[in-house]
Amino acid sequence: MKGPMRNNKAVGKKVENPMKVFKRLLGIIFKKHKLQIIVVFICIFISVFANVQGTLFIQRLIDDYIEPLIGTPNPDFTPLLLAIGKVAVFYLLGVISTYAYSRIMVYVTQGTMRDLRCDIFSHMESLPIKYFDTHKHGDIMSVYTNDVDTLRQMISQSLVQVFSSVITIISVIASMIFLSIPLTILTLVIVFIMLLISRKLAGKSGKYFLAQQIDLGTENGYIEEMMNGQKVVKVFNHEKKNIEDFKKLNDKLFHSSYNANKFANIIMPINAQIGNVSYVLCAIVGGLLALSNFAGFTLGMLVSFLTFNKNFTQPINQVSQQFNSIIMALAGAERIFDLLDEKSEEDNGYVTLVNAKKENGKLVETKEHTGLWAWKHVHQATGEVEYKELEGALVMDDVDFGYSDDKMVLHNIKLYADPGQKIAFVGSTGAGKTTITNLINRFYDIQDGKIRYDGININKIKKSDLRRSLGIVLQDTHLFTGTVMDNIRYGKLDATDEEVIAAAKLANADTFIRQLPEGYNTILKSDGGNLSQGQRQMLAIARAAVADPPALILDEATSSIDTRTEKIVQDSMDKLMKGRTTFVIAHRLSTVMNSDCIMVLEHGRIIERGTHDQLIEQKGKYYQLYTGKTA
Amino acid sequence: MIKTLAKHIKGFIKESLLTPLFMILEVIMETLIPLLMASMIDEGINKGDMNHIITTGLWMGLCALIGLFAGIMGGLYGAKASAGFAKNLRLAMFENIQTFSFANIDKYSTAGLVTRMTTDVTNVQNAYQMILRMCFRAPFSLICAMTMTFIINAKLASVYLVSIVFLGIVLIFLLKDTSKYFTQVFDKYDELNASVQENVSAIRVVKAFVREDYEVSKFNKAANNLYRLFVKAEKAMVSVSPIMMLTVYGSIIAISWIGANMIVGSELTTGELTSMLTYCMNILMSLLMVAIVFVMITMSLASAKRISGVLNESSTLKNPENPDYNVPDGSIDFENVSFSYSSTSEKPVLNNINLSIKSGETVGIIGGTGSSKTSLVNLIGRLYDASSGVVKVGGKDVRTYDLETLRNEVSVVLQNNVLFSGTILDNLRWGNENATEEECIEACKLSCADDFIQSFPDKYNTYIEQGGTNVSGGQKQRLCIARALLKKPKILILDDSTSAVDTATDAKIRNAFKNEIPNTTKIIISQRISSVEHADKIIIMDNGEINAIGTHDELVKSNDIYKEIFEAQTKGHGDFDKKGEL
Repeated sequence: MKGPMRNNKAVGKKVENPMKVFKRLLGIIFKKHKLQIIVVFICIFISVFANVQGTLFIQRLIDDYIEPLIGTPNPDFTPLLLAIGKVAVFYLLGVISTYAYSRIMVYVTQGTMRDLRCDIFSHMESLPIKYFDTHKHGDIMSVYTNDVDTLRQMISQSLVQVFSSVITIISVIASMIFLSIPLTILTLVIVFIMLLISRKLAGKSGKYFLAQQIDLGTENGYIEEMMNGQKVVKVFNHEKKNIEDFKKLNDKLFHSSYNANKFANIIMPINAQIGNVSYVLCAIVGGLLALSNFAGFTLGMLVSFLTFNKNFTQPINQVSQQFNSIIMALAGAERIFDLLDEKSEEDNGYVTLVNAKKENGKLVETKEHTGLWAWKHVHQATGEVEYKELEGALVMDDVDFGYSDDKMVLHNIKLYADPGQKIAFVGSTGAGKTTITNLINRFYDIQDGKIRYDGININKIKKSDLRRSLGIVLQDTHLFTGTVMDNIRYGKLDATDEEVIAAAKLANADTFIRQLPEGYNTILKSDGGNLSQGQRQMLAIARAAVADPPALILDEATSSIDTRTEKIVQDSMDKLMKGRTTFVIAHRLSTVMNSDCIMVLEHGRIIERGTHDQLIEQKGKYYQLYTGKTA
Repeated sequence: MIKTLAKHIKGFIKESLLTPLFMILEVIMETLIPLLMASMIDEGINKGDMNHIITTGLWMGLCALIGLFAGIMGGLYGAKASAGFAKNLRLAMFENIQTFSFANIDKYSTAGLVTRMTTDVTNVQNAYQMILRMCFRAPFSLICAMTMTFIINAKLASVYLVSIVFLGIVLIFLLKDTSKYFTQVFDKYDELNASVQENVSAIRVVKAFVREDYEVSKFNKAANNLYRLFVKAEKAMVSVSPIMMLTVYGSIIAISWIGANMIVGSELTTGELTSMLTYCMNILMSLLMVAIVFVMITMSLASAKRISGVLNESSTLKNPENPDYNVPDGSIDFENVSFSYSSTSEKPVLNNINLSIKSGETVGIIGGTGSSKTSLVNLIGRLYDASSGVVKVGGKDVRTYDLETLRNEVSVVLQNNVLFSGTILDNLRWGNENATEEECIEACKLSCADDFIQSFPDKYNTYIEQGGTNVSGGQKQRLCIARALLKKPKILILDDSTSAVDTATDAKIRNAFKNEIPNTTKIIISQRISSVEHADKIIIMDNGEINAIGTHDELVKSNDIYKEIFEAQTKGHGDFDKKGEL
């Protein structure tokens, strides 16, 4: 029964197409920062050039400027002074350009990360409910935290370092060839060995870094599950067993983390010492060459070459240090792109909901809130505009639905709700009550049949307008971080304080809100953690009430409120919704009894319908459930 | 705080000590190499002494080899010590959290604890590795290089001294605010992630109210704030590198000029000048390292604080010193008990409760939302301690019992119950690790769960998803009851545990309890009259106080609250979950 849809595909997967991901990532960075990136490249170039000039200067320092001065009675320091002045200018240029590109890169890095975060978020908000129902929330979260974070080091450091290293390497090779070809070849051979070893080690550590991410993810999941159920753990004295289980996961994470760092750590000393060996070899060989005065090779040239030698191994060392961050960033980027590539909720609707007023018996569109709503239907063929009053009539015609195509949950649902009626759905858990409401506001689309709202096929209505026309109080109450006032105002963003308080009174929440430390300004945190389930439901009802919706769906909205309070809440809701359509899903009979029509659902089918009295009369399922007698 | 964390290096002390030692050895080799280099140029190349060149070369090779060994060992031990430290920290936190009382648990959010055990520990791990590998290495390398330069030529070396002082002052000035900015960054970052989490779990609300655009603009604002803070924090950091370069270049120029003059004046050799220039890099790189370590430590300080907060949190409930391991029977007494969740709140949640329940009785508790029904029963299993008064189980104060013994005898089915990922059997065995399959089935029959479990293709081996998302609410509740039954407790408390179970099944479960576990004290909290009407006594809770205690017949006659609930519910008798739902 392990759901195939809930595969944990998040952390640690091998990147399938690294080049493609890399290209796309670069594209994103470049797109918004074209100018900056060009300036950065120029600055890096200048900075590397200045550095090379500096190194060349040291060569000339001994050979051209110091050696000639030795032993002369009245040494002329002017050429030396001039040379130093010249190199000082180069150095200054290098420093300025380094500062410039580092500073620009901060904006590029942080800007890209901000843009990506915003893109991910706004795309996520556009995804269909199905996406959220089929992905672990922890996995979605980790895109924002772990995955976006991996990009930071890569953009801010790896890119710059790789680019400047490449330029350095090229220019250093050129200079080295200029000084001595045999020594250059020697250096290159050693560097080649260095690269081979680095690649091998980086590959190993990369593998363990990915393993570390997987283990961290697993441990993360375990901690989350246990912390969530910590009270149950206490009640069942399960602490010791938990610690044992945790130890196993923790040891595994230790192992992968140790190995990942181990291989990453030893790259640097190995490369550094190979660099030293290369230095020594060049010194010996160069010494021999200089002593035999091979092809005009001088001591000064050797010193200069050795500096280049050191300068050459350094960028290579730096590049290999960046391997891991690049590997991890690509894995992170791939998951980010997976989310960005998810298909948004489709919306082909063109019928919109507008405020309206009646003039001479005709509906006219208006800007202000009138309490009267109309569907604005622009005929696509003729461009003719038609207004139709929103009444809340709902018809379901032979609707079939399943969350996946091979398993239908609802069959042949036929339903008609006249405007202003209160329609109730009853039936056992899993009979499909909540599913029906998911269809009305198009959280899911039906496979077969038609749903008409005021005679309009709901597929033609713009989703946002359809949803705006339906207030809904969900089975699971969710509150947002913010004040109680903010939370209720969520239903209508421009509601005045008075409107909010009126709504709270209607939901019978006013009394307990006033008892909170800061009343309506009390800040709720972690989903209203300290409120009881019943209090949270009252807030959710107030939130829906302040929206003053044309139609309302209440899905087990009062299940945790005691029967006495429920009655008070219900009476005021009934008053508010007078003349408007209400759908009610409930367990308790008291909640549904006074409905205009009660639908009894079983196994995804409506088996009985009618008013309470009619259904009792029928002596069917409802009667049976109601009286507790088996007919 | 440091002390709290340092305790957990245990088991990796050897590695933690060896790492800096090896790093120092590596530094010594790194310092020797340029020295040998200078000697090679001066004594060997300049004098045309090929023998000297080769001997020096061999010595250099040896140094490189030792340096390599030291570097690798330092890397290995450093990785092990820091990964081990992180492992210990996570385990210590997890262990400590396991000792938390309900009151402690209420203090932390799940997300907060998860971040502390993952992100924060990783930050500390990285910082620790950095400290081990660099904290000794960098200053030591600095000292070595400085010493060498002074040995070569004290006059020239003073140039470095000047530049080091300059760099040090500038860095301190630059970085003094960085840590502050980063703390702010982390706070904002937490907030941003919290808002994402909220949106993911409340996506239906967002969509139902068509608030996508509103949420996006809210998020963009938060992301922009984070961006601004991040830029501010990093701006200081990026000037480090150019200032470094400025100092290096300045020193090179100064040394070239002064050195040239000294060579001309025969105070210095060309080889010595080369060495001086090589040490230049060493000195300034170590300085930079010190700066980086400094920044990393300040950045991880925020994390370290959060970790030690969890580690130092001590349970508000302590096991008594000479605990009683024997609960004689399932009787319960409350004597003048008052309770509030925090000492500062004015109005107690429970006020002066007096109550006596005999072993084996069935007691119903009913009352409005927020009338403290749950708080009342939570005191029995000592999930919280009463603020004043005494709660007794089996005639003895609950605070005298061993906690584990007490909680084994008092089994609570919580209102917000949780199933864990694993098979149904795994979940049931939380009640009793050694329960046989037959015992599990027996318990499920009592809680009317056997029927639906048998209908699953994998029966008792059906895999339950995290949080029990793949079973219905009613099924979950019945599994939770079975799990509690497997403890074979003396007292069983059902806190609104059958709210999603239909009336008929509810009645069947109650019947099974009556016949199969007659000696167990049963306490049933419910909103439903039908769940409590057959109880030996019914307690009406109102506003933290006992409004009345009596049997159904008595209360229907005499108690207004009860009468009102009864009438509201009998008009609409029960609810609509059909029997044996799947």
